[in-house]
Amino acid sequence: MSGSPNILDVEKVNKSFHDPVTVPVLKDVSFSVRSGEFVSITGKSGCGKSTLLYILSTMDTEYEGDVVIDGERTQGLGGERLAAIRNEKIGFVFQFHYLLPEFSVLHNVMLPGLKLGRKSAAEVEADAMARLKELEMDGQALKMANQLSGGQKQRVAIARALINDPLIIMGDEPTGNLDKRNAEIVFGIFQHIAAEHRRSLLIVTHDPDFAARTDRNIVMDDGRIVS
Amino acid sequence: MKLLLTIALTLLRAKLRQSIVAAVGVMFSITMFVALLGFMNGLNDLLDGLILNRTPHVRLYNELQASPKQPIDVDYEEHVGTDFPPTHHFVRSVKPKDDLPRLRNAEAIMQAMERDPRVMAVSPRLVAQVFFNVGTVDLNGQVNGIDVVQEIRHYRFADYLTQGDPHDLATGNNTIVLGKGLADMMAADIGETVQVTTAAGDRALLRVVGIFQSGIADYDKVQCYANIKTVQKLLARPGSYYTDINLKLHDLTAAPAMARELAARFKVDAVDVQTANAQFETGSDVRSIISYAVGVVLLIVAGFGIYNILNMMIYEKLDAIAILKATGFSGSDVRRIFLLLSMIIGLVGGVTGLLGGFTMQTVIDNVPFETAALPTTKTFPIDYDPKYYIIAVSFALLTTWIAGWFPARKAAQVDPVEIIRGK
Repeated sequence: MSGSPNILDVEKVNKSFHDPVTVPVLKDVSFSVRSGEFVSITGKSGCGKSTLLYILSTMDTEYEGDVVIDGERTQGLGGERLAAIRNEKIGFVFQFHYLLPEFSVLHNVMLPGLKLGRKSAAEVEADAMARLKELEMDGQALKMANQLSGGQKQRVAIARALINDPLIIMGDEPTGNLDKRNAEIVFGIFQHIAAEHRRSLLIVTHDPDFAARTDRNIVMDDGRIVS
Repeated sequence: MKLLLTIALTLLRAKLRQSIVAAVGVMFSITMFVALLGFMNGLNDLLDGLILNRTPHVRLYNELQASPKQPIDVDYEEHVGTDFPPTHHFVRSVKPKDDLPRLRNAEAIMQAMERDPRVMAVSPRLVAQVFFNVGTVDLNGQVNGIDVVQEIRHYRFADYLTQGDPHDLATGNNTIVLGKGLADMMAADIGETVQVTTAAGDRALLRVVGIFQSGIADYDKVQCYANIKTVQKLLARPGSYYTDINLKLHDLTAAPAMARELAARFKVDAVDVQTANAQFETGSDVRSIISYAVGVVLLIVAGFGIYNILNMMIYEKLDAIAILKATGFSGSDVRRIFLLLSMIIGLVGGVTGLLGGFTMQTVIDNVPFETAALPTTKTFPIDYDPKYYIIAVSFALLTTWIAGWFPARKAAQVDPVEIIRGK
């Protein structure tokens, strides 16, 4: 752990798409996320909020500026190190669940934990079961991933994001594909994670209700943070 | 690595049918590769054996030829630089010198050779030209006086006897083994006697104790074998009279050098097996090259099968690759997963291919193959050398590694953002 209370620092991030003509999508974006903070990012479609999220996730490396995760500057790091940061410090929840259909629910949750390799397979399995229980999915643990409903899959995806106790959870419209009831459940889980586990959350959403109930809402427009 | 293997195996299980098809492709080519090489080399050994089994690695003999230095040459040299300078001279129709075709000092050479660590076996021979008198007809023949026990041990003499017991030749006096063609011409059977006349005009009666078939018909019409003592008696020569000394070496490839060395050392003529039978190596090499080429082509075809299936699998698994990368698997982890997948297919296909190849070799080995030219061969020959199994499996792994490497590299380069945002 670093001395800084900030889990994530973003400083003057610029990015342009060059195909077919150069179009700037992010202009001097700077903000920070503190430990335990539940932050949402909203904005019109095409304002660059998802692009920003993928830069912060370390998966997109083509940008200018600085992204510091837990005190470590990610600009210029190699693919192996970035993968290790994603594995250890960041949990992802996407709009689509991205569970591997060949694996059981339990195994899907375990995979990032096994990759981290800090605990034995039995310990990772126990952790995964605990996460699933928290999300009331422990009854489905041995089912194959494709046997679940949409809301259940998203909960499993959240359990997977939590398996390595990440410092920050990033979400790209995690409730976008869910009905009202399931979206409510997922939001409740996020709140619980922030409050109980003191994890930071950074969620991109276009749902104003969702955004209004988070600790802080960052509004973007045309590649800039407007509030 | 264990985790990557688990993922690879799970993906493999999800695409079981395609994976089996790919593995069967490898299996089929390995089976053919092993069977083909075993069969081809079995044939090579058989055909080479026709000559090499009975050919000494080095043969020492004394060739009757004109003396390279005629007496008049000595005269010429003596007069160079003297007050009586030599004049030119011409001698036509030079004849071989009057000499016996025996090997001089044969016993001493044999003793020296027996002490030589490079030599496996030393066996003397005495070759005599004879006529077989059948009624009013005289048939041309060549009697090889042999050390029967040595010939059985080192030149597989017994293998080529189609009738009779070779030990009768070792123990009995005045006995002979006839070539099959010669025996047929004389209508001679085992137990009968044949009359021979030597070049010197001496006559003798020899009892037939066996029929010999080498597989080369012309050879069998002329050659016959007798105990070396019998031939010495036939020619009225002493017990140390030999025309050839045959050497079998531990290392066949040392024969040419050794032949040159012995020729110089003992002042005899020496010929090595490579010089005497140069054409055999050529034939064997060509057959080997053809079988390797066919095997490698089969493997390359199997490699393309794996390449296709892996490419398809990666295309179908883009989502999985993206999420693995998002959750902390690096590009090289993903590459390893797909390489492992390919290698598992290669290994399974390779090992089952070896079993298939062994089965096929066994089947070929039991197919009847009888020919008058090869009296001791009853089935198709197979060389079960484990070398071919090792080559086959290494080729299989190499091919699947290469076939897997390109798709795996593609998988490693998948950009997860592109996949995830594309949804």
